[in-house]
Amino acid sequence: MKQKEPIDITAPEQYELNEAPVYQFNMNRRRFFQAMGSGVAIAFTTYKSIGGVLSEELKAPEDQVGAWIHIGESGNVTIYTGKAEVGQNIRTSLAQIVAEELDVRMEKIDMILGDTELTPYDRGTFGSRSIPYMGPQLRKAAATAREVLLEMAAKEWKADRATLFIEKGEVKSRQTKQTINIGKLTQGKEIVKGINEQVSVTPPEKWKISGTSVAKVNGESFVTGIHKFVTDIKLPGMLYGKVLRAPAYGATLSSADVSAAKKIKDVVVVQDGNFIGVAAPDLHTASQALAAIKAEWKTVPQPGRGEIFEHLKKTAQERSGRDSDSTGDVAGALNKAEVKIEQTFHVDYIAHAPLESRAGVAQWANNKLTVWTGTQRPFGVQEELAEVFNIPKENIRVIMPDTGSGYGGKHTSEAGIEAARLAKEANKPVKLVWTREEEFTWAYFRPAGVIEVKAGADKNGIVTAWEFHNYNSGGSGIQTPYEVASRKIQFHPSDSPLRQGSYRGLAATANVFARESIMNDLAIELKMDPLTFRLKNLKEERMINVLKGAAEKFGWANYKAAPGHGIGIACGTEKGSFVATCAEVAFDRSNEEVKVLRAVTAFECGAIINPEHLENQIQGSVVQGLGGALFEWIDFKDGKILNARFSDYRVPRFGDLPVLETVMLNRKDIPSLGAGETPILGIAPAIRNAIANATGKKLFSLPLVPNGLKV
Amino acid sequence: MELQVNEKKYSVEAHAGESLLSVLRDRLDLTGSKYGCGEGSCGACTVLVSGAAVRSCILPASSAVGKEITTIEGLQKNGSLHRVQTAFLKVDVFQCAYCAPGMIMSAVSLLEKNPKPSAQDITQAMQGNVCRCGTYPRVVKAIQEAAKI
Repeated sequence: MKQKEPIDITAPEQYELNEAPVYQFNMNRRRFFQAMGSGVAIAFTTYKSIGGVLSEELKAPEDQVGAWIHIGESGNVTIYTGKAEVGQNIRTSLAQIVAEELDVRMEKIDMILGDTELTPYDRGTFGSRSIPYMGPQLRKAAATAREVLLEMAAKEWKADRATLFIEKGEVKSRQTKQTINIGKLTQGKEIVKGINEQVSVTPPEKWKISGTSVAKVNGESFVTGIHKFVTDIKLPGMLYGKVLRAPAYGATLSSADVSAAKKIKDVVVVQDGNFIGVAAPDLHTASQALAAIKAEWKTVPQPGRGEIFEHLKKTAQERSGRDSDSTGDVAGALNKAEVKIEQTFHVDYIAHAPLESRAGVAQWANNKLTVWTGTQRPFGVQEELAEVFNIPKENIRVIMPDTGSGYGGKHTSEAGIEAARLAKEANKPVKLVWTREEEFTWAYFRPAGVIEVKAGADKNGIVTAWEFHNYNSGGSGIQTPYEVASRKIQFHPSDSPLRQGSYRGLAATANVFARESIMNDLAIELKMDPLTFRLKNLKEERMINVLKGAAEKFGWANYKAAPGHGIGIACGTEKGSFVATCAEVAFDRSNEEVKVLRAVTAFECGAIINPEHLENQIQGSVVQGLGGALFEWIDFKDGKILNARFSDYRVPRFGDLPVLETVMLNRKDIPSLGAGETPILGIAPAIRNAIANATGKKLFSLPLVPNGLKV
Repeated sequence: MELQVNEKKYSVEAHAGESLLSVLRDRLDLTGSKYGCGEGSCGACTVLVSGAAVRSCILPASSAVGKEITTIEGLQKNGSLHRVQTAFLKVDVFQCAYCAPGMIMSAVSLLEKNPKPSAQDITQAMQGNVCRCGTYPRVVKAIQEAAKI
């Protein structure tokens, strides 16, 4: 089956990238073989057009190499990419792709990820880009390696290349029954080849390793507690660091007296501009030293949670561009519409709250800095460290061990920089782990937003007018997948009093929530079934398929509501993949509680690479989405976060779990796409619409029912 | 003070009131138990003290003196995995797996007390363990799986 060419569906949104990528590649050929031992290496570039140049020797600029595959003398295969493992199990799915093409066992594959010294530049792990971009290139690189090895064997055996094949790490001859381990073939050789863009790869219908549920790589090291997260690293002589935090956003330091802290035995105090930090042989002493610092701060009044939506609206800017769209005569179409809705939505700031908070371990030796940190952008951290300490990037190594999750929340470098500053002063390694309160306060949030929608439909249930303005939360998912002749869609950046950034699914969580709520309410006005109404306005077959898939599994058509129960449906698309969720809720009037009973999610992201891990991502997204849908919100006043603890900030727990069902549509004719983000989109509007169905109460804010529901 | 951890005696110097988690991680290098919140509300630091699941981040180490402490590192016996670990691997529960040690220790404690827990029993016993990746459905499945082993 011929696959469609991938399009750039995963262009990063404004909140995902703060600066243009500066390419860089540390590992030249010489150093590569010095580090790896001899063997065969396949390099591939980040730009397709350069691929051909690489045919005989590595001639492409080093800064455009995307990844390496190396086959060593032991027959072990090592993949070097700058991607980061944050729990999306990319270590497993990328290895599956290589195992497939090279026909080697999974155990023979080692993946070196997110280490600026060992891996080629990568601008970061976000935007669901690893599978659609890294995946196909890695597949071709592995296939190229396979061809190189077959040619080498053909030469050695003076055999016809066509009679040879690779099976489980061995080259075999169909005619002579000769076999040779691929490692043996590479012995003593140092061969670098570029990717062959024309190489034939295994089509999805013939996959034997991709497409199967290979278990999480290194699973045992996690269930035994052996895996070293950044917070677990301990270096000889290491100190523990703490940083003095401002009492509120925007506060400036007026004065600080660190003399008492300095008097404590073995304590190192750093005061450098607006940075004040301490390091001590144990955390207890570091905390004591921090408490001994007397600091005066000047705070500034600023909008709190009570004024936020007004503030975002007031400070909004006009902007057109990628996230905007204007077609037809919206005002005229609204005028003529049979059914009209005009509605404002509010979306609160929420926190990623990764269970492993930000952490950094830093060590200076011989003017070289090594930082271990949990980040989705190891090379971004390297650049920031270079800037902050004014040293060349080549003297900085950032290592990112598989980390305690991110969800878009770990693009930045704070803990690494702080640890490095303290380590420099102390002349000893320093570990710095943010407390939960620090993580809740000083990390960044999913943006709050205001969304205004005007929509109209004719009496046949065709949406004819669509005006959609998003203030502050972002442009992802803002375009409507429905066919509407007259539409005006705009994203307006605003001034955010809190620090904000990317979050799983980005602004699509907000935009899809508003759009799917309006679609639901239009259907109600038209007295149409919400599913039928959506299908009537859709042409995109992939969206239609997920809607039908979810509805069928859910039993949408034959649903009979028990008293207080109701159902809702919603769909969305982002990063090239499609999701639809049906939810059933029960409302208990006596205690004003809404309980989500069931959620069925249908998802389609092209050809499935690992079904179990995909199901896990879908369910995980839905569970995480429950929090933002029902009760998660950041409370703040005058720059102070008022609920910076798990006991005050409610996250989904076991007791919040509905019955979760998943429909995975496997489109082998569509290239595999990322799955870490899009499945989160359907749950909030599906629940919202189910609440409306159950109670007649239409809600227009996220979270929906942080304090229960009054009807 | 003397602590008995994973069937081994340790003599440790700790600050007054220092948490068991801090002693385990920073002084005994048993880093399997994790810091998640420091207030006993996420379960990442869960260990067994006299067989019962406790949040080691809010338990002063001194109050565990004379009691048997079991951490994730002590679950394996003679090199073989505990049945809960085996079941969690079999169900392939985790994404980032930072919550794994705490989840597993809570599950071990639950199964010791209640060898055949219902889904509701599991929810109740595990309510204090947070997984931000949302792998709860698989955790439930793994605990049910472990109950069969």
